[in-house]
Amino acid sequence: MFSRNFTQDWFSNLRGDVLAGLVVALALIPEAIAFSIIAGVDPKVGLYASFCIAVVTAFFGGRPGMISAATGAMALLMVTLVKEHGLQYLLVATLLTGVFQMIAGLARIGDVMRFVSKSVMTGFVNALAILIFLAQVPELKVGGFAVYAMVAGSLAIIYLLPRLTRVVPSPLVAIIVMTVIAIIFKLDVRRVGDLGSLPDSLPVFLWPQVPLTLETLKIVLPYSIGLAAVGLLESWMTAQIVDEMTDTPSDKNRESLGQGIANFVAGLFGGMAGCAMIGQSVINVKSGGRGRLSTLLAGVFLLIMIVALGPWVKQIPMPALVAVMIMVSIGTFSWASFKNLSKHPKTSSIVMLATTLVVVLTHNLAIGVGVGVLLSSIFFARKVAQILRVTSELKMQPVPGGNKSKSKQKQEISANSRSQSCRIYTVTGQLFFASSDAFVREFDFKEVLSKVSIDVTHAHFWDLTAVACLDKVVLKFRREGTEVELIGLNEASATLVDRLGVHDKPDALERLLAH
Amino acid sequence: MLHLIACTDGSIYAPSVYSHSAWAATRTGMAVKVLHVLDPHRERAYVSDLSGAIGFDASTELTEELVKLEEAKARVARLKGEAILADAKRHFSSAGISEIETLQRHGALVETLAELEPASELVIIGKRGEHADFAKGHLGSQVQRVIRASVKPVLVAARSFRPIERFLIAYDGGPSVTRAVEFVFSNPLLRGLPCHLLRAGRIDDKATWYLEETADRLREGGFEVTTQAVSEPPETAITAAIIEQAIDLLVMGAYGHSPIRQFILGSTTTTMVRTCAVPVLMFR
Repeated sequence: MFSRNFTQDWFSNLRGDVLAGLVVALALIPEAIAFSIIAGVDPKVGLYASFCIAVVTAFFGGRPGMISAATGAMALLMVTLVKEHGLQYLLVATLLTGVFQMIAGLARIGDVMRFVSKSVMTGFVNALAILIFLAQVPELKVGGFAVYAMVAGSLAIIYLLPRLTRVVPSPLVAIIVMTVIAIIFKLDVRRVGDLGSLPDSLPVFLWPQVPLTLETLKIVLPYSIGLAAVGLLESWMTAQIVDEMTDTPSDKNRESLGQGIANFVAGLFGGMAGCAMIGQSVINVKSGGRGRLSTLLAGVFLLIMIVALGPWVKQIPMPALVAVMIMVSIGTFSWASFKNLSKHPKTSSIVMLATTLVVVLTHNLAIGVGVGVLLSSIFFARKVAQILRVTSELKMQPVPGGNKSKSKQKQEISANSRSQSCRIYTVTGQLFFASSDAFVREFDFKEVLSKVSIDVTHAHFWDLTAVACLDKVVLKFRREGTEVELIGLNEASATLVDRLGVHDKPDALERLLAH
Repeated sequence: MLHLIACTDGSIYAPSVYSHSAWAATRTGMAVKVLHVLDPHRERAYVSDLSGAIGFDASTELTEELVKLEEAKARVARLKGEAILADAKRHFSSAGISEIETLQRHGALVETLAELEPASELVIIGKRGEHADFAKGHLGSQVQRVIRASVKPVLVAARSFRPIERFLIAYDGGPSVTRAVEFVFSNPLLRGLPCHLLRAGRIDDKATWYLEETADRLREGGFEVTTQAVSEPPETAITAAIIEQAIDLLVMGAYGHSPIRQFILGSTTTTMVRTCAVPVLMFR
């Protein structure tokens, strides 16, 4: 905790952090409530979780200024667990999620984030926005003029008020105005209070009341794995976005550990699992939040407001919350990705759309990211596989007493030189599973030759498939009675070893690229 | 070639840093590397918009907005930095130092020094910096962090340079002061100058024995050494000795205790650097 950057992380941006913490806390209230409703639990479960997670990640997270709390992505994964087994099992799943994430942090799995391409991230972000929006649909379906009018009115306040003044959070103004209108006109709209109990005290420590058996583990394990994966992915992606916005670095592995501790603590205090939030983190940075203090204060202010203003929070009409969530969804979505569909390479667009589609269909961000990463790897392999060229040249073996001649088509056909004919194949480029078929096709096995030389000095064999293919080529030639000579196999297979030995030979990379 | 790093920010302490650096460079024959860092202070927010509303492509929009804001600021800072370094160069040339290299880097001072330090011998920094006139008598915000993070000796320059003719070693028997004694013994920086060896705090036989032992070691190196043992708190004893003995430079070990203890109790190091009017040569 008392690292060199301790003061810098916490106290270098006091004014900005305090104000941003307040703004974020206000924005967290509707979100925490909305996500509790998605998960099918009382609003207090999401609110306690948001408080615990925000406070713990403030201390242990790897990205100062990032906001973590109860999130929609996580809530969506819990729906069936809550429906079938109830809240207590959700709490156990939350604890286990925390344990998995802590292990991930200690095992330094954060480094795998580099395999997640930009397109996958865009797809992920878009899917997240769509899911947040879709979660509002049931509330809109309740219907009635009052609901639509309130949503429209709230959105108008949220987007138009900042044009007049930027010193008060417009979502808060929208919520207050709508609450007052709903109370005065006694409108028949759903209120937050109708959806379940709100916190009336500080969260208390309690161990989930479930039998500690293998049976319980079997129930929660699949959920915990999914939650842990989605939580980490969204947190890392949010961290990356905050990194870009503020031009400061973050520690992905420390973030994993922080998320793990946060979820563990949340589970012990009756909260649901959560992770970093893209929308809230953007709001935080926009409001001037940069340090850990902003995250901590967001959690603390949230709890103070909820406990102190509980009776008023109960009166908040749901349409106002829906409007805030629509704003978050709009702000999270990457609208530029539509414009870029025509500009970007087709493969990138396919990866992006596939990621989004899979998430929206499965409601599981981890599966979507998995599909996206798989697709982008395949596309990449396909592209690199094109970097392969096989050229060949026919050479005449010097015939004693005969005249030496170079490879010319005329001589190729001439009968007397056939017995001494030798073809030299020169292979340049990358040989691996994706390019091996093309490699084999480049050889003309029908040609009658006495000798074949295959020069692979300028080729790289990346895997065993490539080696097997070369074997196949050699065997095929030998079967035809052709003598086969391999040139430069040592250089070509240097890439076969898992590490290229770049670390112990400073010029290894140059040599690799040169030959 | 061996070199020392002179940290400058163009503040009122800068001329003194240059003079101290020139002194050290002349005595040791080291080259001078003048460092000016452009710290964008990304951990601080310049603007804040408390509307809490996010619109289309929120993160991209915000990134662009922040880049635009910082771009202009950074350009001004860079030009100012260039002027500061040009001024530093003039200072050193007029002091007769020819081996000068100026260096402008982006980033925080502590991190930049951590990258450059291993190749250098000595770091020189002013007691206070850019905000020197803001709260007099406090220690510059960067100095403490630099001293704490530094692996090489750090010379903390006082506000004005006075030729160094006599120095004091605040001997507390700790490992960092032992390193300090070794440095004094082997490095040409202080060679030939009279030395006052002071032990403060609880004085017993062991303490005086070690004190004399160290004095003998220094005498072997050709130093003229006087010793003094005072059973007073180090802060008051050192301050008094500096005045009485007409000391021009204080040599001491830095930060023997953990930051947590310092957070609660304060530290001798910080107090000494702050209150004494002479430059301080620190060892970790």
